[in-house]
Amino acid sequence: MWKYIARRTVEMIPILIVISILTFLFIHFIPGDPARLVAGKDATLEDVENVRHELGLDKPILKQYMDYMKNLVTGELGTSLTTGLPVIDMFKTRFMPSLHLTFLSMFWATLMGLVIGVFSAINKNKWPDYFGMVTAVSGISIPGFWLGLLLIQLFSVQLGLFPTGGLDGFSSYILPSLTLGAGIMSMIARFTRSSMLETLQADFIRTGRAKGLKEHSVIVTHALRNSLISVVTVAGLQFGFLLGGSVVVETVFSFPGMGRLLIDSIAFRDYPVIQSALLLFAFEFILVNLIVDVLYTVLNPKIQLNS
Amino acid sequence: MTSPTTVQNSQVQNTQRKYSPLKEFWKSFKKQKAALVASIFIGLLIVIAIIGPYIAPYDPFEPNYNALLEGPSASHLAGTDEYGRDIFSRLIVGAKISLMVSFSAVFLGLILGTILGLISGYFGGWVDKIIMRSCDVLFSFPDLLLAIAIVALLGPGINNVIIAVMIFSVPSFARLVRGATLNAKENVYVEAAQSMGASHVRVLWKHIFPETISELIIFVTMRIGTAILAASGLSFLGLGASPEMPEWGVMLSSGRDYLGTSSHVVIMPGIAIFLTVLAFNLIGDGLRDVLDPKIKNN
Repeated sequence: MWKYIARRTVEMIPILIVISILTFLFIHFIPGDPARLVAGKDATLEDVENVRHELGLDKPILKQYMDYMKNLVTGELGTSLTTGLPVIDMFKTRFMPSLHLTFLSMFWATLMGLVIGVFSAINKNKWPDYFGMVTAVSGISIPGFWLGLLLIQLFSVQLGLFPTGGLDGFSSYILPSLTLGAGIMSMIARFTRSSMLETLQADFIRTGRAKGLKEHSVIVTHALRNSLISVVTVAGLQFGFLLGGSVVVETVFSFPGMGRLLIDSIAFRDYPVIQSALLLFAFEFILVNLIVDVLYTVLNPKIQLNS
Repeated sequence: MTSPTTVQNSQVQNTQRKYSPLKEFWKSFKKQKAALVASIFIGLLIVIAIIGPYIAPYDPFEPNYNALLEGPSASHLAGTDEYGRDIFSRLIVGAKISLMVSFSAVFLGLILGTILGLISGYFGGWVDKIIMRSCDVLFSFPDLLLAIAIVALLGPGINNVIIAVMIFSVPSFARLVRGATLNAKENVYVEAAQSMGASHVRVLWKHIFPETISELIIFVTMRIGTAILAASGLSFLGLGASPEMPEWGVMLSSGRDYLGTSSHVVIMPGIAIFLTVLAFNLIGDGLRDVLDPKIKNN
């Protein structure tokens, strides 16, 4: 197992290097002179040159990249052009709320997705199935930003149950996590249903029933457990969807997380923050995919880790 | 006198003449009621998108300061926005923008992704490795984040949204087509064509590409829904269409300040996006049930 994890981790390195090159080159890809863009339209030539020097854009490109990598390793992500704060300090306050929001969304989406999927499968072509699948296909199709606004209108403005935005305790996580998790819940529900339907046809289920096992035991202990293998993969692979979605949802709820920070930085052309935020998102995504891979193999002993 | 063999032959010929893949497809597809209704909806939407500017009851750009934030009524079916513009007219004209953005982004992604996938799967070796590793790098960024990064680079605007959505679609198409190509190139008729001296382009175009079409049709349909969500999401974030344009995401974004007092400003464009994406997803589901051989056999 450890050998497999080590191998997969090593495989990540080239991709991480390419990503670091891409995020490094981000500022160089900007059409026009990045130093002029950062300094502003009215800046003097001297101001522009100062910004160029400050950003290290006057050095040879290879030297710039080596400096960038050296700084990355030491956790030095530069300074925000708008706040003047070290980027790493800004991330420290923004990262954890986003992580909590993502995990909470994933938790309830998986739980609800499994419940809807299982109920749909065991009631195939009956009303709980139709209801479950209508909910699922709607959840995939609903724009997160619209759902968020509707939830704010209903639960915050009209019923006054939750805050309309910001971050003030656990209640601030409820509506954003429901919004963010809706799409994943639907995908998990659909996938659980089809996976359960397939598993329920298997010989070992028939044997279980023939042996007189209770239906509850057949469904939960045998069918669901086997279906979980593929469901975990789907859930894990959708984590990226959550990271992307969090940008929109955090904007709707004025939630002080990484997604909101990214959008604000884009608005103010704060390139050091944009660069590092993109790198962090990509790293998070790759790491989750690795965890999903490992979890998949742990859940399914039939898969040979070394093959 | 007609011999039994001749009768049999003519029967076979008749059966062959009658068989049409399109007819078969239609016979199966029309059984998918939800997908059929969704197709009619999308067909109507396309017609509306084309003739929208001619049938819109009001000028979608003309402000009317005597009718600010009016609720739905007989004169304004979906109400008016913060400038008194008729929301229904803006939705009708906005259908063209939303469909144009998503269609062009997905089709450009489809063309580029298909070419890369065919080359990757067919030639294998280092070409395959380079293409697939490049896709892995693009896959390392979640879809919407990649689109945001591209728009952050190129600047806001509808054309840049198309480029962004296209770029995040390419690796998915490439991977799908590569998989189908790897399967298809094992077929005997591909080997036969190669041994008869057919060029690589001919083998790819005439023998391998047709094998990928059914999977591509399903995926394109699903992808258009995703593209509409992504494009309207980018516009909602202020990275897409300009604020005065009747794009659905922009309408939703500019209306959110009035959510408490005039919720129709947010509800109407939201319904338009939701129903359109839902319709594409339902068509995709229906097509998968009809075209996917695994599901068909079940």
